[in-house]
Amino acid sequence: MTAVTPAPPSTAVRPAPAGAAPPGRPAGRSRLRTLAGFAFGAALLFAVAPLVLSDFRLALLAKYLCVAMVAVGIGIAWGRGGMLTLGQGVFFGLGGYAMAMHLKLADAGPGGMPDFMQLYGQLDELPLWWRPFASPWFALPATVLLPMAVAFGLGSLVFRRRVRGAYFAILSQALAAAMVILLIGQQGTTGGTNGLTDIKGFFGYDLDDPVNQRMVYFIIAGTLLALLALTRQLIHSRYGELLVAVRDGEERVRFLGYDPASVKLVAYVVAAGMAGLAGALFVPAVGIISPALIGIVPSIEFVIGVAVGGRATLLGPVLGAVAVAWARTALSERFPGTWTYLQGLLFVVVVAFLPGGLASLWALARRRDVAAQPLRRGRLSLGRRRAERTEVPAA
Amino acid sequence: MSIFRGRRILAGAMTLVAAAAMTACGSKTTDEGGATGVTADVSGDTVKVGLLNSLSGTMAISEVTVRDSIMLAVEEINAAGGVLGKKIQPVGEDGASDWPTFAEKAEKLISEDRVAAVFGCWTSASRKAVKPVFEKNKALLFYPVQYEGLEQSPYIFYTGATTNQQIVPGLDYLKSQGAKSVYLVGSDYVFPRTANKIIKAYATANGMTVLGEDYAPLGSTEFGTIVNKVKSSGADAVFNTLNGDSNVAFFKEYKSAGLSAAAMPVVSVSIAEEEVKGIGTQYLEGQLTAWNYYQTTPGAANSKFVAAYKAKYGADKPTSDPMEAAYVGVHLWKAMVEKAGTFDVEKVRSASDGITFDAPEGLVTVDGKTQHIAKTARIGKIGADGLITEVWNSGKPVAPDPYLKTYPWASGLS
Repeated sequence: MTAVTPAPPSTAVRPAPAGAAPPGRPAGRSRLRTLAGFAFGAALLFAVAPLVLSDFRLALLAKYLCVAMVAVGIGIAWGRGGMLTLGQGVFFGLGGYAMAMHLKLADAGPGGMPDFMQLYGQLDELPLWWRPFASPWFALPATVLLPMAVAFGLGSLVFRRRVRGAYFAILSQALAAAMVILLIGQQGTTGGTNGLTDIKGFFGYDLDDPVNQRMVYFIIAGTLLALLALTRQLIHSRYGELLVAVRDGEERVRFLGYDPASVKLVAYVVAAGMAGLAGALFVPAVGIISPALIGIVPSIEFVIGVAVGGRATLLGPVLGAVAVAWARTALSERFPGTWTYLQGLLFVVVVAFLPGGLASLWALARRRDVAAQPLRRGRLSLGRRRAERTEVPAA
Repeated sequence: MSIFRGRRILAGAMTLVAAAAMTACGSKTTDEGGATGVTADVSGDTVKVGLLNSLSGTMAISEVTVRDSIMLAVEEINAAGGVLGKKIQPVGEDGASDWPTFAEKAEKLISEDRVAAVFGCWTSASRKAVKPVFEKNKALLFYPVQYEGLEQSPYIFYTGATTNQQIVPGLDYLKSQGAKSVYLVGSDYVFPRTANKIIKAYATANGMTVLGEDYAPLGSTEFGTIVNKVKSSGADAVFNTLNGDSNVAFFKEYKSAGLSAAAMPVVSVSIAEEEVKGIGTQYLEGQLTAWNYYQTTPGAANSKFVAAYKAKYGADKPTSDPMEAAYVGVHLWKAMVEKAGTFDVEKVRSASDGITFDAPEGLVTVDGKTQHIAKTARIGKIGADGLITEVWNSGKPVAPDPYLKTYPWASGLS
């Protein structure tokens, strides 16, 4: 165990060093800065992006932001809770399929059936488990609650039995593989490898219309900001402290009288809910959900985005997810033949030279800035110690 | 306190922005007309076309050959003066063997590059993913691979075979050879599963029995169990819809289990010259394939195509059915545009009916109604040299029937 002793809780007022949760309530100045950050983000997403980007690029950004939502969840589960979850695709898929099933049924009209069912399934009537999804009052909550329920079921089994580290990662990945096999095997009712595609409307609005696509983008951007606000509250709460403590020294937390299993379960379920919501919003933005989006490879790609951005920070996962997705698009457009090598190179460079991710660039710059002022050296050492703590590998 | 108020103001502002965005909503699904298409940019003295193939990922090995053959057709057309006096400027994108990426790249080619047509896609899943994109933008896709039928998009031209030009002739051939029972082996995705539904309907109507049906995940190399089941079934023939690497493992296992082409022939629909090279002729010699074109197909047009391809890409590079269909697609598009006298998609579509091209596989004709093409069906036998020689052909081009409407036994399929 290489865990560093967790810092004792203190009420001292100090700015939040990047990458670590300051204990107690954050200082007013930090809060003001966060508020300014949110306002800046909102301005960027709501005003600048729609003005600067073409319809096509804005739709791509909407897609990246959905991936960023999954990343925020992974940031909580992995960055804060130390649970390397390589199967977020499952929850993304559950949310996505729940939404797509509802939209397909809405397209088909009352009593209608999705087109692919007649083609591949030769079914005469809608399968029983599809029926509830015809109602938006069932389908919409299901996009979030279904993934959370699955995560709860799996999590309560796994964390109680103290499965962690590589074993947990392998288990979560196996779940992704199993889900893909299930979906492909049930071609008649799930669309198989094709997935659910050709979605025409979104609650009565024609998705082919660029104006409506823009509306979907605004909903996604707003949701992402709301999730970030929620996450910030969570990691600055008493629970957030406890989660980091469990990550850094699970046995110690147990001896203190807490139940680490429940602490981890909450983080895992929240991450699953965020992935489900992301999947649900991905469907109207991109118009497809398929096993190719939720299997092992995309699940790992979610984690890569978080690693590149910096897993233990609030904004790192978002920046990383958007940067990785954007780089993928940009590189593959410019170098269609060799982009995969360039992307691999990029990952190696980031992991080798910026182990804290893109978000640590900010901390690096600030540390240099602080180092220039001898009077504040005390804070510097503190900052460094806490920054190191966030790099402790998941046990 | 002031902070809380600040947050409330921020939340209020965000709600307002969101509300503003919502009220500025566009058309409803019930509205007539809907979105208008993007028009291709043909203002200069060149015309852009999109090439959408997987250059990375599992499908790259097959799709790169299709890209090469599309490029050959583009060069030929440019050397002959282009289309309507404009040189073709190809814009390549990588679909990366990932179906949603295909959709993203299709959208990019149409709305950013404003291409006049797109050539590409291989798997059915990628076609299904891009189909809504082409329909939304009213843009054209030329799809070059044999597929499972049951589709007819107004914005896709299908230059590969549909089921009645490949699978049904394959079954007819087996029946004429006296096969009374078949065993179905396939990869686990849409094409094999749909093809096998059709095969089962055919078998029921033609007094054949299907002794078993097994699927292996794409890329699977574990065939011990399946081959044992095939062997103990004692079927007269095997119908193989496996794709990619799985074929290597399957045929190795098949041979080591003591099964042979003479005792229990395998008819494959996804093994062309390129794949034969990869699997190894020692495992495949004597086995059957169903396609519309082989490198050995006679005719001046094919000699020219094979010679030009080998001159450009190397003497050891074989030509195959999907490559030929992709090559034909570019030439058919040129003929359609020239008949229409414009690059306008709707006019090109209405000019398409009856367009013919003296293709390497023989004369092909576009059926404007289904947007498929009439093609000659061919059954071939794999030789020791890795080439496939024809053992039977339909004599004349078979009219496309994607929904198998002219086959009474298929009435329950769609």
